[in-house]
Amino acid sequence: MKPFDYTRADSAAQAVREYAPGTMYLGGGTNLVDLMRLGVAEPERLVDVSRLPLDTIESVRDRVRVGAAVRNTDLAVDPMIRARYPMLARAVLTGASGQVRNVATVAGNLLQRTRCAYFQDVTRPCNKRRPGSGCPAIAGDHTNLAILGSSEACVATHPSDMAVALAALEAEVHVTGPGGDRIIPMPGLHRLPGEEPERDTVLEPGDLITAVELPPPPAGATVYRKVRERASFAFALVSIAAVLDVGDDGVVAGCRIALGGVAHAPWRAERAEQALIGGPATGEAFLRAAEAELEQARPLPRNAYKVPLTRNLIVSTLEGLAS
Amino acid sequence: MNRIEGRVKVTGLATYAAEYPVEDVTYAFPVQSQIAKGRVRHVDAQDALAMPGVLAVLSGEDPPPLASGADGELALFQSREVAYRGQIVAAVVADTYENARAAAAVVRVDYDSDDHDVSLRADHPGLYKPDHVNPAYPTDSEKGDIEAGLAEAATVVDVVYETPVLHNNPMEPHAALACWDDEGGLLVYDTAQGTTLSRDTLAQVFGLPKERVRVVSRHVGGGFGSKGTTRPQAVLAAMAARVVGRPVKIVLTRQQMFDVTGYRTPTIQRLRLGADAQGRLTALEHVAYEQTSTLEEFAEQTATPTRIMYATPALRTAHRLVRLDVATPSWMRAPGECPGMYALESAMDELAYALGMDPVELRVVNEPETEPDSGLPFSSRNLVGCLREGARRFGWEHRDPTPGVRRDGEWLIGTGVAASTYPARRRPSKARAVVEDDGDFLVQVAAADIGTGARTALTRIAAEALGVAPERVHVELGDSDLPEAPVAGGSMGTASWGSAIVRACEELKSDGKEGLADTTEEVRGDAAFSRHAFGAQFVEVRVSSVTGEVRVPRLLGVFAAGRIVDPKLARSQFIGGMTMGMGMGLMEETLTDEEFGGFLRRDLAQYHVPACADVPDVEAVWLDERDAELNPMASKGIGEIGIVGTAAAIGNAVYHATGHRVRELPITPDKILMPRF
Ligand SMILES: Cc1cc2nc3c(=O)[nH]c(=O)nc-3n(C[C@H](O)[C@H](O)[C@H](O)COP(=O)(O)OP(=O)(O)OC[C@H]3O[C@@H](n4cnc5c(N)ncnc54)[C@H](O)[C@@H]3O)c2cc1C
Ligand code: SF4
Repeated sequence: MKPFDYTRADSAAQAVREYAPGTMYLGGGTNLVDLMRLGVAEPERLVDVSRLPLDTIESVRDRVRVGAAVRNTDLAVDPMIRARYPMLARAVLTGASGQVRNVATVAGNLLQRTRCAYFQDVTRPCNKRRPGSGCPAIAGDHTNLAILGSSEACVATHPSDMAVALAALEAEVHVTGPGGDRIIPMPGLHRLPGEEPERDTVLEPGDLITAVELPPPPAGATVYRKVRERASFAFALVSIAAVLDVGDDGVVAGCRIALGGVAHAPWRAERAEQALIGGPATGEAFLRAAEAELEQARPLPRNAYKVPLTRNLIVSTLEGLAS
Repeated sequence: MNRIEGRVKVTGLATYAAEYPVEDVTYAFPVQSQIAKGRVRHVDAQDALAMPGVLAVLSGEDPPPLASGADGELALFQSREVAYRGQIVAAVVADTYENARAAAAVVRVDYDSDDHDVSLRADHPGLYKPDHVNPAYPTDSEKGDIEAGLAEAATVVDVVYETPVLHNNPMEPHAALACWDDEGGLLVYDTAQGTTLSRDTLAQVFGLPKERVRVVSRHVGGGFGSKGTTRPQAVLAAMAARVVGRPVKIVLTRQQMFDVTGYRTPTIQRLRLGADAQGRLTALEHVAYEQTSTLEEFAEQTATPTRIMYATPALRTAHRLVRLDVATPSWMRAPGECPGMYALESAMDELAYALGMDPVELRVVNEPETEPDSGLPFSSRNLVGCLREGARRFGWEHRDPTPGVRRDGEWLIGTGVAASTYPARRRPSKARAVVEDDGDFLVQVAAADIGTGARTALTRIAAEALGVAPERVHVELGDSDLPEAPVAGGSMGTASWGSAIVRACEELKSDGKEGLADTTEEVRGDAAFSRHAFGAQFVEVRVSSVTGEVRVPRLLGVFAAGRIVDPKLARSQFIGGMTMGMGMGLMEETLTDEEFGGFLRRDLAQYHVPACADVPDVEAVWLDERDAELNPMASKGIGEIGIVGTAAAIGNAVYHATGHRVRELPITPDKILMPRF
C-alpha cells in the first residue's frame, strides 16, 4: 500500500475544498481500503467523509432523503424505508454481510468498483485500471461479467445491489463538487464502458455525493430478487428490482424493471417495460418482453447462461408480482 | 469435552505463529513471479533498497546458501528458472510490514519468458505414469479382465467426471517467525501441522543437525493439509533472519496463500462400470488424469478408494500425471478419497438409474467380503450399517426415484446418497507422561492441534489411560522439542499420538513417576488388515427451475469410524468435513489463468466457501463400532471422512431433482440452466 495522507472533513463544503487531484473521499472504506491494499487504488490523500453530518434519513414532503453517510445497515432497518420502499431495504440486506453493511455507506455502495478478477490484480492488464492495456476478461474469466451494454474495451459489471433498487425507484443522487451542485436521476449515475471503461460514473473529479432522494413509492407491487450460488455473502450473478402495476382490467398500467449483474451499470430494461405497458399481464407477454430486452444481449462463452437466467428471472418475477 | 484452549482462543490469548512477541523483529514480504515459465534475467533491487526501513532484498542475484537437495518449492532463489506464475523470486526485509510490502512493489524483475502450458487435458501428450501415488500407493492396479467384464455386463456406464482446482483456505494465514541464536541454532514459530516434520525439513534445507532447529506451533488456525508440509514462508523467514541478523516475521496474504501453499489438483476421471441384471458389478475401472508441477511430483491418489469399495471380478485403477507450468499441488482434506469418491459415487448413482435399482441397494449388493483389490480382510467395515441407518433416519424408503417430478413452486426437489470412506492408519509416535509436583500429570508429545481439538482429545485419552479426571491431565504439544510425533494428517493424528500416550501412561502407572513411549515397534507389528472408516451421506436439494440455484436444506452423515473418542469434537469434525464437501459440490473453484498462468479468484470474496445460510440443517451421527485391531483407543481417524462423498450425494440429488446430470464440479447455476435451454 502506498503511503497517503488522511484528513477528516466536518462538512460537505469543506470536503470539496479539501479536494485536489490525487485525493479520494473515504466512506466506510470497505471497498476503497481493499483496493488500496491491492494497489488498485493509490490515492495520495484521503478525505474521510464517513462522519459528515449526512447520516440521517428524513422525509421531506412526500419524498425521503437519505444522507450519503448513512450506513447500509441503518438504511435497511429504517422503519420508514421498510414500510415505503421494502424493495430497497431488501436489496441492501442481500448485499455483503452484516459486518460490511454496518460500516459501508450509501455513497460508497453506489461508487464501489467492479469485482472483475483482472481489475483487482495489478499484475494483469485491465483497461479499466490501466487504460489501453487490454481486457483479458473477454478471452478469459468473464463468468460473472456483462451481457448487456458492454464494449470491446470492457465487459465489467457493477456489483451494487442497492443501486439496482435505486434505479427502479428512480431515485435522485445529490452531488456537490468544485463545479457546483447537481442532481443525477438514477439509473443515470453509472455509465456504460464504451471507449472509457476507466470511468464508472458520470461524476467529475471532486464530486461528492451528499444524499440520495427517493421519490414517492411507485404504484403497484415491488420486489427485489438476487441470484447467487452461495446463499449469502455473495455478489449477484443476476438480480432484479421490479415494479408492476396491473389495473383491474388486467392491463399493465406501470412497469419498471432494473437488472443487476448484467451490465456496467444498473440496467433498466426499457424495451421490456415498453413492451408491457398497456398490454396484458400474462406469462406470455412477460416472456415476449424479456426476450425483446435480451435481443440486444451480447453474451460471451462463459456467461451465456445469464441470458436464460435473466429471461427466467424477469418472467418469474413479473408473474409473482402479477398474482 | 469442551475444548481445553477454548477460553484462550475466544479471549484472544492463544498465541499463533505470527503473534509471539520477539524483540527487534523485522518483516519480510515476498516478490512473486509475473510470468508462468522462463528465467529471471535480473532482479533490480536498487529502488527498493532506497525505500524507508528496508534492510535487505533477497533474490537469485546473490542467493543466500541452502543445502542442496531441498524440495523445489522450498529451494528459494537457488535457481533462476521460473516454474509458475506466483512463485517467489525475491523478498524484501524491512523494519515494518508496511515498509517491506511497499518496497516489494518496487523491486524490478526482468524475465526471459517462455510459452507456458497450464491446461490439464485427458489427451495431453505429456501424460505419464508416476512411480507411485501419494503417499506410497501403487500407481495402477489391475485384477481380472475389464473388457470381458464390460462385455458380459447387462448394463454399462462409461462416464467422465471433472473436478476443478481447489484451495484449502484455512482461517489463519501461513506465517512464520524465525530467530537465530548466537550458537547458530534456529527457532521458528511456524504454522505447522507437525513440528517434528517441519523441524526435520528446515534442518535439511539449511544443512543443520536436527538438534539445532526448533519449531513451535502451539496453536494453528486450520490447515487441512496446506500446512502439512513446510511452506516457503518458513524457509524465507529463516533465510532472511540469517541475512539481516535479526528475527524475521512473515505472514502471507490470502492471495499469496493461493499461490504458494498448495492446492488440490484438478482431475479428469473416467469411470467404466459394468453390472449384471441383479446389479452385481462385472467390471469397475477408474482412471484419473491429474497435474503436477515441473518442480516436484505430487500424484494425488484419486482412484485408490475404488480399490476398496465394491466387490467385482474385474477391477482396474490408474493414475496419469502431466507436468504443467503450475505450482505443485499438495494435500487438501482427504487427498485421493475426496475427488475419487466424488466420481465413483456419482457413477454408482448413474449405474443405479441405468439398472432401475435403488442406489442404497446397489451398494449393498456389491458389498465385498474382503478388500477387493488386495484381498485383505477388513479390520471392520460397516458401510451397509451406515447406509441402512442413514436411510432410516432420512426417510429414504418413501423415495420415488423418478427424476424431475417433485416441485414446490419453482423449486425442484431431489434426494441423493453417496458412500464415504477413509483409511484408518497410524504412524509411529513418541510420548512422555510424568507426575508433576502437585500430583497432576503432564503429557508431552509433538502433536499438533490445528483447530481439531486434538489437545482436548489427547487429554481425554491420557485421563482414561491413567484412570484420572481430565482436569488433572495437562497435554503439551506443538513443539519439536517434545517427543517426536507425526503430522496432523491422513486422519492419523489421534490414532498415532494417542497410541504413544496410552503406552506412556501405562508405563507411568507401573513406574510411578515417568513413562516414555515409542510406538515404532508396535506399529510395525500391526497385522495385515484393510483398515478403513466408512460412512453414508444423504442430502436433500432444492433446485430453482428459474435460476438454477441449488440449495441444500438437509445434509445427513452416518459414519462408522471406530470408537468415538469425544462426541462433541467428533461432531465438529464430521459436520465441518461435510460442509466443506458441500462447498466442493456447489461453489468452490479456483480458475487457472490460461493466458497469463497462475490462478484467478484468489480471495474469499471470489473463492466461495459455504456460509451459515448454506447449511441450515447438517447432522452427523455414528454407529457404535468396536475395532480392536486398530490401536489402544479402538479409534479411526475422523478428520477427513466427512468431506468424502458429500459432493457426489449433492450431484446425485441434483439429478434426482432435475433429471440432469452435471459431471463437472462445482454445480453452479450456469451448469443447471444451460443444458435446459
Ligand atoms: C466481501 C464483500 C462482499 C460484498 N458483497 C456485496 C454485495 O453482495 N452487494 C453489494 O451491493 N455490495 C457488496 N459489497 C460491497 C459493499 O457494499 C461496498 O464495499 C460498500 O457498500 C462500500 O461502501 P463504503 O462506504 O465502505 O465505501 P468506500 O470503500 O469508503 O468507498 C467506495 C468508493 O466510493 C467513494 N466515495 C465514498 N463516499 C463518497 C461520497 N460521499 N461521495 C463521493 N465518493 C464517495 C470512495 O472514494 C470510493 O471510490 C461487498 C463487499 C465485500 C468486501
Ligand atoms: S472487463 Fe473491464 S474491468 Fe475486467 S479486465 Fe476487462 S477492462 Fe478490466
